[in-house]
Amino acid sequence: MATTSTPGSAPAASQDVGAPPGPEVPGGGNGAAPGGGGRRAGRPRRSPLAKQEDRAGWLFVLPWVLGFLIFTAGPMIASLVLSFTDYQMIQAPRAVGLENYRELFDDPRVLKSLSNTFVYAAMFVPIGTIVALFLALMLQRVGRAGGFFRTAFYLPEMTPAVAAAAMFLLLLNGQQGLVNKVLGWIGINGPNWTADPNWLKPSLAIVSLWTLGGTVVIYLAALNGVPKQLYEAAELDGAGPVTRLFRITIPMISGALFFTVITNTIAAMQMFDQAYTMFYGPQQKASASEESLVYMVYLFQNAFQFFKMGFASAMAWLLFVIILLITFLQVRIGNRYVYYHGER
Amino acid sequence: MKHLRLPVVLVAGTLALSACAGVGNKSDSGGSDDQGSAAATPSGTLNVMGFSGEDEVAQSRITAFKTAFPGVTVKNNKGDFDAQQFLTAVSSGNPPDVVYMARNLIGTYAAKGAIQPLDDCIKNAGIDTTQYREAAMNEVKLKDKTYGIPEFYTVSTNLISETALTSAGVAVADIQTADWDKLEATAKKLYKAKNGRPARIGYDPKMPDFFPLWAMANGAGLVKPGGEPNLNDPKAVEALQFTIKLINAQGGWANFKTFRDTFDLFGEKNQFTKDQLAAFPIENWYVNVLRDARANGLKLQSTPFTDRQGQPISTIGGSAWVVPKGAKNANAACQWAKTLTSLETWHKAAEARMQTVAKDKSFFTGLFTGNKKADEEIKAKYLKPTGDAGFDAAIKNYYDVLDKAKSLNPSAAGAEIDAAWKNAVGKALAGSATPQAALDQAQSEAKAAFDKAGQG
Repeated sequence: MATTSTPGSAPAASQDVGAPPGPEVPGGGNGAAPGGGGRRAGRPRRSPLAKQEDRAGWLFVLPWVLGFLIFTAGPMIASLVLSFTDYQMIQAPRAVGLENYRELFDDPRVLKSLSNTFVYAAMFVPIGTIVALFLALMLQRVGRAGGFFRTAFYLPEMTPAVAAAAMFLLLLNGQQGLVNKVLGWIGINGPNWTADPNWLKPSLAIVSLWTLGGTVVIYLAALNGVPKQLYEAAELDGAGPVTRLFRITIPMISGALFFTVITNTIAAMQMFDQAYTMFYGPQQKASASEESLVYMVYLFQNAFQFFKMGFASAMAWLLFVIILLITFLQVRIGNRYVYYHGER
Repeated sequence: MKHLRLPVVLVAGTLALSACAGVGNKSDSGGSDDQGSAAATPSGTLNVMGFSGEDEVAQSRITAFKTAFPGVTVKNNKGDFDAQQFLTAVSSGNPPDVVYMARNLIGTYAAKGAIQPLDDCIKNAGIDTTQYREAAMNEVKLKDKTYGIPEFYTVSTNLISETALTSAGVAVADIQTADWDKLEATAKKLYKAKNGRPARIGYDPKMPDFFPLWAMANGAGLVKPGGEPNLNDPKAVEALQFTIKLINAQGGWANFKTFRDTFDLFGEKNQFTKDQLAAFPIENWYVNVLRDARANGLKLQSTPFTDRQGQPISTIGGSAWVVPKGAKNANAACQWAKTLTSLETWHKAAEARMQTVAKDKSFFTGLFTGNKKADEEIKAKYLKPTGDAGFDAAIKNYYDVLDKAKSLNPSAAGAEIDAAWKNAVGKALAGSATPQAALDQAQSEAKAAFDKAGQG
């Protein structure tokens, strides 16, 4: 790793042109670094400019590195250590080995909250992807009004999740909420979204759609990067809009789709704000049903209501491992189908 | 993407906490927990947490403290009590000096060592604990130690819309909780539906929040005197079965809750004036809210909430002042708790309330403090017939039940017991478990937590 060129060192590396080529590596041509230029055996000679640029690069990223070490890596290690302790926040932690992890599998509410979270994610991620793609496709066609609509769609992203959840409690009220009133206009008798146990998770998924603005913007950027010639050629060949969508648009933006599916899945697995506000916050003195208990809410309850910080840490690590596995699986599947512009 | 914030907060908090993990190794009394030395006049800064303190009753009492102790600078963050904020503050060794929290939380926080006993404070500052209501004092004690100074005292009674009763031909006396079969029949008579959904609830048992009251009405205490949970007591199970039956007779839980969620409880056009509700049990603070609704046609009536023998009963609620472990100005905290709950200060608060009442051309609906003597003297001095018989009856019912109200016994596993019964009631209401099965499971979970708390 020490000899790998950083983006900042590319111009300096180019000064090494003419040096003997390095050993061949699979897929790596003659072993030249991506930045171009060959590499000498052993430690490469660095020019003063390259060293200066290295230092500048590190200086620029230093705030992030420090922030990462202090606010992310450090707490993660601390939380891993605490997951092997009985830590009630006031007294010093007491080592309990794997007891917290054993308890995870004995606690039926862990499994229940996990399954609730999976169901919610399974609803939100595909629906969110389709809705965001639809909105991005529409936005691409609105012409000069695009700027206004892009802003309009992105604005909810700026709204605090708690405020959005409180608003949706009113909108989704089964009897007087706007959602059911609109459904009523087309002859649909809407459900009791926030009271019927069967509709609690779908209502959470609907609330989460409110924050799709970021995904829409990503899709829009990806759509604008699809070469127009492809569509022109397809039209000449007689391809209709649906064929063009499935044969050109979606394959060409599959990289963006893949990225958002992964990030939205991770976000869905960590759902907290909306569920807590709607069903477990100070205004809701008692939960309507266990069907709305998502994993992070139960983790929060254990940490700050029951003083079980060690157990909550173990829950956090279990979720981390689950998210890691899901992401790994998604990457494996994605590698088969995702098109990365410039790679092929 | 917004969901990512909690884990970040959690891990960041964890780092801070772990860095300060040694805090717990300090002596139990804390390094600077000088609780109100008899002669010491408090000074310095007093950090207050959990006290919104916006209305005239709160402001007048804060002023009373500042006048009595001008050397103390009061810093009040004005938010409601937040468990996460409180625990991280205590764990990081930077706790507030005095905290306002619900009394039903005190058992748990005391058992975990997050708050300190106030016995020295009470002794050194000469706080007369007999002035406080016995039930309130019971809530702030754990294992013979006192952890809080009680403030405010909420009790419940039935409030009724006379308009709804008249339209259904139901007598006020029929709103009663002694004869449950008769109550169900009355509720059905008052209930109105439109397109298969509730248009008016006849009698709202206020579930799940009021489950402890219904259990008590049927003779079951959810927590035994030693703090052990008693959630699946047959009488508690029966109470849950009845309230679910009552709700099912009025549209079923999902419809019932959905309709209830549309109530504008604090608005002038509330559920009574809009004829959405005929009757429900509710705490005493609500009668003060209802005064303004008279302009919109509210005709209030009231009956006591009774047990099945017809005796008025109530659970109690309210908050208390506690001093966290490691509080830096425990002396001032002790004096704050004493001053804000004393007889003299409550009189000043009542005067401030009367000034507001006069300014609003309204009437006094009572002040329900944790201080028995203050309540009696304020009632004698200020409470007059309002000119509205329904309001008079409601206020009388609240005052009448003050001495009969009971608290849930404090428990070292109070938070877990609370969560367990709420989960159970939620499941039973939603129909995902029978009342018996739900409460059995809750009992099992709460008992395990109680046993573990005992070991700790």
